[in-house]
Amino acid sequence: MSLDKAAVAKIAKLARLKMEPDRQEPLASELNRILSFVEELQSVNTDNVPPMTSVTPMKLRQREDAVTDGGQPEAVLKNAPQRQGDFYTVPKVVE
Amino acid sequence: MAEKDYIQGATGPWEIVIGMEVHAQVSSKSKLFSGADTTFGAEPNHQVSLVDAAMPGMLPVINAYCVEQAVRTGLGLKAQINLHSVFDRKNYFYADLPQGYQISQYLQPIVGKGELLLDMPDGSTRTIGITRLHLEQDAGKSLHDQSPRESFIDLNRSGVALMEIVSEPDMRNSEEAGLYLKKLRTIVRYLGTCDGNMDEGSMRADVNVSVRKPGGPLGTRCEIKNVNSVRFVQQAIEYEARRQIEILEDGGKIDQETRLFDTGKGVTRSMRSKEEAHDYRYFPDPDLLPLEFEQSWVDGIKAALPELPDEKKARFIEKLGLSPYDAAVLVAEKESADFYEKVAKGRDGKLAANWVITEYFGLLNKSGQSMEEFVITAEKLGGLIDLISDNTISNRLAKDVFALMVETGKDAATIVEEKGMKQVTDTGAIEKVIDEVMAANQDKVAEYRSGKDKLFGFFVGQTMKASGGKANPAAVNELLKKKLAG
Repeated sequence: MSLDKAAVAKIAKLARLKMEPDRQEPLASELNRILSFVEELQSVNTDNVPPMTSVTPMKLRQREDAVTDGGQPEAVLKNAPQRQGDFYTVPKVVE
Repeated sequence: MAEKDYIQGATGPWEIVIGMEVHAQVSSKSKLFSGADTTFGAEPNHQVSLVDAAMPGMLPVINAYCVEQAVRTGLGLKAQINLHSVFDRKNYFYADLPQGYQISQYLQPIVGKGELLLDMPDGSTRTIGITRLHLEQDAGKSLHDQSPRESFIDLNRSGVALMEIVSEPDMRNSEEAGLYLKKLRTIVRYLGTCDGNMDEGSMRADVNVSVRKPGGPLGTRCEIKNVNSVRFVQQAIEYEARRQIEILEDGGKIDQETRLFDTGKGVTRSMRSKEEAHDYRYFPDPDLLPLEFEQSWVDGIKAALPELPDEKKARFIEKLGLSPYDAAVLVAEKESADFYEKVAKGRDGKLAANWVITEYFGLLNKSGQSMEEFVITAEKLGGLIDLISDNTISNRLAKDVFALMVETGKDAATIVEEKGMKQVTDTGAIEKVIDEVMAANQDKVAEYRSGKDKLFGFFVGQTMKASGGKANPAAVNELLKKKLAG
């Protein structure tokens, strides 16, 4: 698998990251180095091996349905760059 | 598919193909992965945990109740329950999605294939396939009309548990789509897994619409997002199908896209902002292990399910002698079905159904009250039906009594007693009335006897009128026939 400039630009756009065109080429080659490193794993045959989801013999922990959190708008909004009353405000999202 | 379902275009008939994705909010107290409250209508950002706001380091812990409700809903849809399912991240960027992804289920949902029966107006049923049901988080809410340059974000809804229920593209007209949504709502309300409140957004539908030449290959579909009532779903489909046919007949092609239904104008329009978002880059959420449970747990839930609308309908038809149509009307709301069963207990099932559906619902709707508020209880309506069954009053007179019951709040027996409305079954008394009617209409008697049998109805009417509506109609018929014959 290998990424070209266009793929890098597309991923940046999907993540809303601003990227100058002259950064695309170097970033593509950096990402490709990471990908080829990870691709070494492909040399292992994993046919009929179920995906490993945990390194410890654990089951998904579940909780009871009870209200135990919330009621803290100040904490939630503490780091908001902008707010209006108890709303976050962001640059207008056009529908 | 019947010809009547086709839309006639300039180049011949077209068939509509409809599938739906319904988001039903699980009626849980707290959110799917956090302990924040889900109650509707709170102050902005007052029901938000740091998990819902996606603060760094926060980890999701699943709500056991929500898992159980998804399984119950799956069982209600006669669906396959998957003992092993996986949560994935669905990645997209939007201002009201602080995580940058929605925790959802993709390749391995908690519920697989099932089915849902539509109750058609002619009393028949039609099966719509259910593709899957999965659990996922709701996003926050954006308000775009508060300021010219900013959008306001409220995360109260962020993280609320949704069941996304996906149908097969099995519907062929807007009526079926409406019935599908109504039936799904009925089922989740019977189960209590979702309150079905469309006004508060507890149920919302994404509608996939395409058109094709009858029997031809499937056309390109458009998805109409977030339609929040049965009526709007139907209007959106009607508009969208005609729009697509027009484009195709003009030689154009349909772009697969997301569209919005403008409820004010009754049209759908393209939502270009969502186009880029269709690359979701799903991958298993590393914060969550697979969701696993035992078949014995599922069996226990299944054994404890309440009687569901289809089973109730079948029982009403089989045990109480109702028509499929009447049975479907009564089971549509659990409250109505329970009311009917109380009225019908120990009485004639069909007579009770007629009274509940026609008279009771008629005056209830007119009153604008809820069933609980309405002055007529099941006991009171039952009392009225008893008076019909034992011939104290005729069915026709009973309607007047019923109106008085609604007006005064008194029970049927009291009203009949006070107003002297008791039906006359005493043949002697009825004969006397008939004699008077015949004496006053000797010319008509002669006509009748010379072969104009149509006049029989006239004599019945006159006799009933002269008796103040109290004469027993069957007795009147019988005695009149005898007397008129001479």
